[in-house]
Amino acid sequence: MKETILLTKHMRDNPEDSHLIDSYEKNNGYSTAKKTILESSPEKILEEIKASNIRGRGGAGFPTGVKWGFLAEDEDRYLVINADESEPGTFKDRILLERDPHQLIEGIIITCFSANIKEAFIYIRGEYAKPARRVQQAVEQAYQKGYLGKNIFGSEINLDIVVHLGAGAYICGEETALLNSLEGRRGEPRLKPPYFPAVKGLYMKPTLVNNVETISSVPWIIENGGEEYNKLGVEGSTGTRIFSLSGHVNNPGNYEIEMGSPFGEFVETLGGGIRNNKKVKAYIPGGASAPWFRGDQLDIKMTIDDVANNNSMLGSGAVVMMDEDTNLVSAAKSIVSFFAHESCGQCTPCREGTTWLEMILDRIASGRGRTSDMNLLLDVCDNISPGLSWPPKMTTICPLGPSAVSPITSLMNDFRDEVESLIPTKVLL
Amino acid sequence: MSWDDKLLKQAKKIIKLYPQKRSALGPLLHLAQSKDGYISDDSITVISELVGITEVQVKSVSTFYSMYKQEPTGKYLLSVCKSISCEINNSSEVINKVQEFTGLNNNETDEEELFTFEAVECIGACGGAPAVQVNYETVEGVTPENAINLCKWLKDTKPDVVVADEMQENFGGIKSFDWAIQDNSGATSTAPGFQTLKTTKAKK
Repeated sequence: MKETILLTKHMRDNPEDSHLIDSYEKNNGYSTAKKTILESSPEKILEEIKASNIRGRGGAGFPTGVKWGFLAEDEDRYLVINADESEPGTFKDRILLERDPHQLIEGIIITCFSANIKEAFIYIRGEYAKPARRVQQAVEQAYQKGYLGKNIFGSEINLDIVVHLGAGAYICGEETALLNSLEGRRGEPRLKPPYFPAVKGLYMKPTLVNNVETISSVPWIIENGGEEYNKLGVEGSTGTRIFSLSGHVNNPGNYEIEMGSPFGEFVETLGGGIRNNKKVKAYIPGGASAPWFRGDQLDIKMTIDDVANNNSMLGSGAVVMMDEDTNLVSAAKSIVSFFAHESCGQCTPCREGTTWLEMILDRIASGRGRTSDMNLLLDVCDNISPGLSWPPKMTTICPLGPSAVSPITSLMNDFRDEVESLIPTKVLL
Repeated sequence: MSWDDKLLKQAKKIIKLYPQKRSALGPLLHLAQSKDGYISDDSITVISELVGITEVQVKSVSTFYSMYKQEPTGKYLLSVCKSISCEINNSSEVINKVQEFTGLNNNETDEEELFTFEAVECIGACGGAPAVQVNYETVEGVTPENAINLCKWLKDTKPDVVVADEMQENFGGIKSFDWAIQDNSGATSTAPGFQTLKTTKAKK
C-alpha cells in the first residue's frame, strides 16, 4: 500500500521552508488562485467542487459542493475555517497548518471567490499556538504580496483573513458552537433550526464553515479539475484523505491515502504493524466519538460508507490501535472522561449522563464495581441516546452526548467479559 | 482602568479586526491572561468597557473556556495529556512523575508561583504520545524520566521564552510528524504565544 500525495506534496518536497511564501510560490503556489481570480467564474469553481464529489473532512462527511450551493444571498457573507481540531486521535489539520499554511490560504482565496465572500476567519484551537503563529505569518506574507487585502491580484476583489484563537473547548468544533465562540460568546451549540450556517451563521449572516483539510484540497481540485479528483479513491469517498494513525503502532503519523483499502493493510504497511508483534484487541476507526471495531474486523475498508455500514464512522480520520494488553475499561473511561469534561452543560442528558458514566466506569476500573453497574451503564447510555442504535438517536442539541455512549456500547457488546471480570463477585447490590 | 496605554492600544487594534466588537472578547481575554497569568477582576472591568458588554457577560465567557484561568498561574503551565492515545501509551505515569516532582494536584500552583500543573484533554499530539505542553508549546514522546528532566530544567534555568523545538530536542522522543523547520519562536507567558496584531485590513 502506498500513499497518494496531493495535499502533503509541497511540505514533503520542501521540508526546510514549506511554510514560507517564497518556497510555496517557487512550486507554483498561488498560480491557481491568480488564474481563478483573473480568468474563471464563481459558477465554474462551484461546478468543479461538485464534480470532485469531495465530502467534508471535519467528521460529518457532508458533500462540500452541496454545502456551498446552500449559501444564501446577502451582502455580508463569511467563510469560517474550522481549525478547532480536538477530536482525540486527530492531528491531521495540525500538519496542514504548521507545514503548509499557504495552501490553506490559497484554498480560502478560491473559495471566497466562488462564494463572493469578502471576509474569512481561521478559528484555530488555542492549544495550537505554534501552528497559529505559522498561519499568522503566512497571512501577513500574503497581504504583503497583494494576495489578500484590497484588489487582490490586481482585480476588483477584496478579501480579508483574520486568524482567531480559541481557548480550549472541544465543543467549539461543532459549527454553531464555533460561530457563537467567534461572536464572543460561550461555545454552546445553537438550537436548530436554523439548520444551516450557510443560511444563518456568523452574526446570523450566511456563512460557510469548512474544515482545514477540505479547503486545503481546493487548490488541487481547481488546478487539476474536479473530474481528476473524482477518479481517486472510491465512489462516495473520492480523493485522498489524511489519516492520523496512533496508539500501539510502530510508525504512528499522518498518512495521505486514497480511501478504499482495509484498515488492516493500512496498519501493517504504512503503520509498520503493531508494536512487539502483538495482536489488535480493538481499534477506533474515526476518532473518540466513533464506536470501536474488534481486532477480527481489520478487513473493513476505509471508506465513509463501509465504516458507516458496520455501525461506526470514519469521522475525522483518526485511527487508534489498541493491542491485546490494553485495559479497555481504562480506555473507555478515558474517552468518557473526555466527553464529561467537554460537555457544554446545556442539555441535561449529556451534562449529567456523561458525569455518571465516568463515575461508574471509575469504580469498575478501580475494583469497586457492583454487579448492577453493568445494566446501569447501559441504562444511562439509553437515557442519552434512546435505543442505543447507530447512527445514534438524539436527546440533545448536538451529537456530543451520544458520542460518549459509543465506547460503552462497544465495550458492552464486544468485551462484556472484560468488564465483568473487574467486578468483585461477592458484592451483590 | 488598570491596563497601560500599550496594552490598550493592542486591544483596540484587535477590536478593529472584527465586524462586531464582541468578537474580540476571546482574544482580549488571552491578552489579559498574558498580562496577569489569569483573568483578574480588573481585566474583566476593562474588557467589559472596551467591548461594551457587562462584566458578568465577560465573566460568563471567561469561565466557559479552560484556557482562561480564574486564579493566578505559575510562570510555567505544565499540561500533560490524558486522552485516549496518550492514556494507552502510559500518560498516567508521566502525570504521576510530574505531580511527584512539583508536589501539585490537578489545577494547582506552587507557592513560588513557578509551576501550575494540569492533566488535560487531547492536545493534538496523538502520534507522539504521551505529550506534554509547557505554556502551550508542545513536547512529544515524553518518557516519565524525561518529564522530570524537563521540570528540573525549567526550575534550574527558568527560561523567559519556552520554545517547542528546543524542548523537543532535549526532552522529547517520538513525534506525530516531522516538524522539519527549526523554529525559535515560543511562549513568554501562560497565554499561548500568539497575537493577531499585524494584519492589515482592506476596509475600515
